[in-house]
This record gives sequence, C-alpha cells and structure tokens, in this order.
Amino acid sequence: MRNVFKKLILMGVAVTLAGIAQAKTFRYATTGDIGGLDPHANNEGPTNTMKSNIYGTLIHRKADLSLEPELATKWEKLDATTWRFSLRQGVKFSNGNAFNADDVVFSFKRQTQESSDMSFALATVEEVKKVDDYTVDIITKGPDPILLLNMPIFFIVDKEWTEANNAFEVVRAFGSTNFANVNSNGTGPFRVVEWVQDTRLVLEPNPNYWNKDSVEHNLTRAVFTPIANDATRVAALLSGDIDLIYPVPLQDIQRLENDANTEALEGPELRTIFLGFDHWRDESLDMPGSGKNPFKDKRVRQAFFQAINIDAIKRVVMRNAATPTGLMIAPGINGFQEDMNDRPPYDPDASRRLLAEAGYPDGFPVTFDCPNDRYVNDEKICTAIIPMLERIGIKVTANFQTKSKHFNKIGKAEPSFDTSFFMLGWTPGSYDALNPLMQLMTTGTPGHGDWNCGQYNHPRVAELTEQIKTEMDEGKRNAMIREAFQIHKDDFGHIPLHQQALAWGIRNDTVQSVIQRPFNDVDLRYVSMK
Amino acid sequence: MLAFIIQRLLQAVVVMLSVSFVSFALFQFVGDPINNMVGQDATEAQRELLRERLGLNEPWPLQFIHYIGNIIQGEFGLSYRLGIPVEDLIADRLPATMELVLVSAFMALALGVPMGVYTGLNRNSWLSRLFLTISLIGISLPTFVIGILLILIFGVWLQWLPTFGRAGLVDLGWWTTGFLTLDGWRSLIMPSITLALFQLTLIMRLIRAEMLEVLRTDYIKFARARGLRNRAVHFRHALKNTLVPVITITGLQIGSLLAFSIITETVFQWPGMGLLILQAIQFVDIPVMSSYLVLIAFLFVLINLIVDLLYFIVDPRLRLDSMGRGAH
Repeated sequence: MRNVFKKLILMGVAVTLAGIAQAKTFRYATTGDIGGLDPHANNEGPTNTMKSNIYGTLIHRKADLSLEPELATKWEKLDATTWRFSLRQGVKFSNGNAFNADDVVFSFKRQTQESSDMSFALATVEEVKKVDDYTVDIITKGPDPILLLNMPIFFIVDKEWTEANNAFEVVRAFGSTNFANVNSNGTGPFRVVEWVQDTRLVLEPNPNYWNKDSVEHNLTRAVFTPIANDATRVAALLSGDIDLIYPVPLQDIQRLENDANTEALEGPELRTIFLGFDHWRDESLDMPGSGKNPFKDKRVRQAFFQAINIDAIKRVVMRNAATPTGLMIAPGINGFQEDMNDRPPYDPDASRRLLAEAGYPDGFPVTFDCPNDRYVNDEKICTAIIPMLERIGIKVTANFQTKSKHFNKIGKAEPSFDTSFFMLGWTPGSYDALNPLMQLMTTGTPGHGDWNCGQYNHPRVAELTEQIKTEMDEGKRNAMIREAFQIHKDDFGHIPLHQQALAWGIRNDTVQSVIQRPFNDVDLRYVSMK
Repeated sequence: MLAFIIQRLLQAVVVMLSVSFVSFALFQFVGDPINNMVGQDATEAQRELLRERLGLNEPWPLQFIHYIGNIIQGEFGLSYRLGIPVEDLIADRLPATMELVLVSAFMALALGVPMGVYTGLNRNSWLSRLFLTISLIGISLPTFVIGILLILIFGVWLQWLPTFGRAGLVDLGWWTTGFLTLDGWRSLIMPSITLALFQLTLIMRLIRAEMLEVLRTDYIKFARARGLRNRAVHFRHALKNTLVPVITITGLQIGSLLAFSIITETVFQWPGMGLLILQAIQFVDIPVMSSYLVLIAFLFVLINLIVDLLYFIVDPRLRLDSMGRGAH
C-alpha cells in the first residue's frame, strides 16, 4: 500500500515537473504600456517593436540592423521609380486567412491615411500595384534611395478581417471605432491572447506562423507588464516575479551585477542627445532691448561647445552609461562616418577667449530649456552643464519641465520655437542620415525642420539634402552626407552630447539568452528561456 | 430627511459643474496633448488635423460647453492615450481602487479605534507607549517609502508576497474582485497596509485625544458614581461621544484616499484610478482628466452626505432637533 502511494506521488511530481519544464513563459516589464495594437495608428518605439512581434512586414530588420526577407522573398528594381516585390506563398494570418497581394495594397491604403502616424514611412510611395496574387509593384514619386529602409515599418494587415470588422479607418482618440486598436490579426511569430490596458499584454506563439519550424526563440508564452515605478520594477526582477526589465535606473546597475541571479545588459542606443541654439532671431529672447543675438556668431557657439566637459558628464552623471559623440547620428545609422566622430577638445580658456573676441567678454544671459522626464538623466545632465557655462561667464536660467510642456515650448506649435538654448534627443525612424538632415538641420520647406528648434539653415546643407533624397548611387550619396555633416559640424550648428546607453536587467537563472538591439525594446524572436 | 438628501444632491451638481469649469481653465497650462499623441515624424499638417478634430483650437469656455453638452448625452469622450471610451476606462479601474480603499479604511478603523480607546484609557502602560511610537513612525514616513520598504522585506527578501500588481481576479461581469481568491488577498495586503498606516495613526490619536477629554467630563463621573461597569462607561458613553469628530475626519480621509491613492498605486503598480489619473496628467489626456475630476467631486459630495446622515444616527440631539422642527 505504502509502495503504491509512493509511486503515485512520484508520478504526480514527475508529471508536474514535466509540465513546468515544457512551459516557457517569459515575463518582461518596462515603464509604460504600448500605445495600441493597431499597427498603423501610433509611431512610438516600444509600440513599433511590439507590432513587429505580431504583424509581418515585407522586409524585417534583424538584430544587427541588417535587412532580411519576411513577407517578401525577393525584390528587384525595375526602373528608377519602380520596385517589384515577390511575395511569400502559403502564409496565413493568425485567424487562418491567406496572405496575398490584395492585403499589401490594402495595407498601403490604410497606412497612408491622414490620421495614421505611420504614414511618414510611405511618404515617398506613389502607389502599390498588384501584378498578380503574389507580386506587387511599389511605385515611388521620385527616385528613393532609402525605400527599402522604410519597409520594416510598413505593416501588413488582413484585408478581409479589417473590412469585415469595419476597421479601415485609423482611430486616434476620435472616430467611430477602434476595433483594430484592441484586436489583432497578423502574420508575425506571436499572437495576442489578452490585453488588459496598463496591466498586461499576453502573447503566445502564432500557430499559423509561416516560419514556425525555424524560430530562434523557445517561448510558449510571453507576458508584457508595465511597471511605472523604478524601484518596484527592480524589486520585481530581484524577487523573481519578472524575467527582464528595462530600463534599469543607472544607480541600480551595480546592485543587479552583485546579485548572483541577475545581471545588467548594457549596450549603445541609437538615440543621440544634443543641445541646440537659436540661429534665427535678430534679438535674443533673453536680451530684450539689446538688439543682439549672440548665437548668430559661430565663435559663441564654439565657446559653448568647448566649455562642456563631456567626459565628466559621462563619468559622473551617466555613470559611464553613455558614448560621447561628435555627430548628430549614432553608429549603425546609414551614413555614419567613424572618422568624423571626434569632438573639439574641452577647453574653457579657449571658450572665454572666443567669447571675448565675439564681443561678450562678460558673457550674457540665456535660458536653458530641458525636459526632466524624457531622456536618461536629462535634468541631471543639464544641471551639470550649467556651472560649466557659468564658469565662462554665461548667466544661465534653468527651465526644466515635464516633456509635454518642454516639447510644446521648443516646438512648432504657436509661439513657434520659443527657445534660445535647448536640449533634444533624436533617433532617425528610418535608420538613415536623411531623416535628421531633414528634421533637425534644414528648414524652410514643408516636411523640413519640424524639430529644428533653432532654425539652423545653411544653404549648402539644404542643397545637399535635396540631392541626398534622390541620389541612388550609395557611394555618391554617402559622400554628400559626409559633406553636409562636415559643414554642420564646422558651423557648430548644434552641440551633440552623447548616445545614451541601454540598460536592461535580466534574471540569468531563467533567461537563457536575449539579443539586445540598439533600440530600447525587446524583439521576442531573439529570446530564449532555460 | 428626504428634502435634505435631495437638496444635497442638487448641491452635488453645482459642485461638479464648478470643478469642471475650473479644470478646463487649468488645462490650458498642462501642456500639449498633440505632442504626446503623435510620433516625432508627424508632419505639421497632421498635427493641425488632429488638433482640429479634437477641438483643441477652440477657446476653453467653448470646449467646456461642448464637454457639458456631451456629458448630458452620456458621452464622456475617448481617452487620448488609449483610444477607448472614458467611461469604460473608469469603470475598469474603479473596482481596483474601491477594493483597496475599502480594505484600507476597514483596517484603519478596525485597528485604529481599539488602539485609540486603549491608549486613551491606559495612558501610561508600556503598550500605549509602543502604539504611540509606532504611530509617530506611521505619520513621519512618506507613503512611498513605506511601500518600497514593505516590497523589499516581504517581496524580495522573504518572498512571501508578490512585489507588484493585482492578481487572483474573478470577473463578476461589471466588477472584478480580488476578494475571492488567496492570490487576490496576497497582492492586496501590502498596498492596503501602506495606505492604511497614515489613517490608522490619525484615527488612533484622534480617539485618544477625544477619550482623554471625554473621560474628564462630569457625566462620566456621575456614570461611575452610579456604579456602571467600566465597559458600559467606556464604550456606551465615552466612545460614542468621541465619534462625531472621528466620523468627520474619517469621511474626509476616505474621500482623499479615493482621489489620491496615486502614490500607493504607482508604487505597487495597482491598476486603479490613482495610476490612471497620474498617467493621464503626464500624457495630457484631457477627457480622462476632466471626467475623473467630475467623478471625484461627486464622490466627495456623496461621502459628505453619508457623514452628515451618520451624525443623525450617532448624535440623538440632532434627531430631536430635526423632529422638533418638523412638528412646528
């Protein structure tokens, strides 16, 4: 009797253990929830990565930032404005519907709606034409050298499902339905099981995924939880409730390294943090009645540049979690030139000399606009910069605000660009240098300079930018990018500071491996559990 | 009595309208929701389109009138952040906050009243001194420190309780409750203690102070002289007379618990209304903010009404007064 009992218990334990061993649930947490499940609604980093877990794209961006075929098997250029994509056959959406060219045409029409925040990715595309069930032609308005780079954010939805649910219209807090924002149907490796906003998003492998036999991950379930409070998030990792958290507050990285079961994964991010100047006003906002704008003089801008001790900021403020940079773009962005990434040296004496030459031996007043909750340690960086500037005679007034108010002030909304000296950060959505050239370094024409809050404008840079848009030869294009960036750099148009670093915390007793890409979110394709 | 209640409810409407009016005036200063809703690559035309569609170009008195018009028709708008109707969002989050507040308030009363009575009656015992010291700590430590300390001790070191979130939920259709499962209670304990601690110390000290005062009065002396047992003297006579200020303060505190459980909910990632309003403010989610403020105004008026009704029940003098008035 006792023997039988023992055997039963052993069997029970074995079955349970086997059950546990089979289930590989990955629980991860970050500060906020995603914006929504509609792939054509919001343009936001973490939301875009979640979309690519669920929805397929013609081309997928791998962990090393290179491109690989996903829903398109091959592509070729027919002429200067036409690309022919051959679509993968036998692909099904998670609800079983078949994928074909009609879905691609429909998705193009949906993503280019005025209310879609993702329409910028297809701004250069004139039309998507169906050639046959598994071939489409993408016709651009003019020669577009970076069309392929924008394909990883052209999300494909199911025409039949969207139309059956009356969800063609992209809803942004107004509109008749937001069915697509709370429901999903994609060709990606995962599908949504449950989404309770601000609480959890549960994903499971998509049973209809076309590539399910050669996936790199081994997950049976993934649970995404927003945890806003930094301390609670770290506590959740330490207690084992969560397997991966990001971002880790810089002061807790050492703590994670010290604990045997957790570790910190650090790596560079693609976001560049920089400072900008008012280039366009005749009289500075902070010097009313003087008739002067010091920032119009290149020597003043150079003085500011050389007064900032970026190594001290990296060491003390960022605790070495930053990569100082001399350019407005990061390594990994198309057009980055390693040999141009040097910085003029830190030299406050030279700064004082330059200021005196420019006619400001006693300095001048300026208001420094910074956000206090957008970038890693943004307020602390600005607080560290202020005494560096005071040392060369500048009288700085700090204006640190929450991001809604900061971007409202320095941005285009009336009164436009209400700033003399500001901090901003930027990641090019297309991973190409054209994006910052258009948005940050040129102005005057539609589509340019929306975030060029100082209105920096150099005619040669503007001329080169127009050429870069349509130059198809990669060598020539890179040379133009180089020239444009060199002019901006010699001009001290902005002060690039650094790329902030990613800090992820993982439990190494449950997570086998995770690949950290330089954008701050988790592509579930590359996660495996022990 | 009925007239009294109806009058109060009408006052509630006036309060809600005024709160809403003032909040619309303030929304001009909280920042631009458009920047939070669109990505960095949105064109100026797209921003203008969104601004136009949301009616943000109108002067704020006009926006206010549109909002009131919509509310009367039962439309509270869509959240800018999540795109779902505001009434659904609030109905979703209300159970979490309600349960947290109910358990905290109950804990604070159930522990605070006996502790207050004990420390009032036994001023110099060592247990009283212990209670008072603990209460001092409860008042001095900020809520988030208490919360994080509890998470550290019980979540990380001892691993007895979950470190965040609300688990073990049972869906009853219109209400999701955590009361029916062990997991639900396990995740409810630490946030409730964090929220209850300040209340508890407040109630305890209030009752203690009132008891000390009441015990000195003549009628207590006479009751003792009459030979009544201690229990009758302390509870039936003394305690009842201390209740009026306690009910007032407790009522006000419950109102602020509901409205401002923000810190506790943020620390514990408790999916309630406090977390909702904080996220709404950071995002400048105007529909959620305005509906939330109107709801809170209504709840405050309701709580004050209940407190006033309780006065009638507790204090017979008020009952006599009103009955007397009625007879004339």
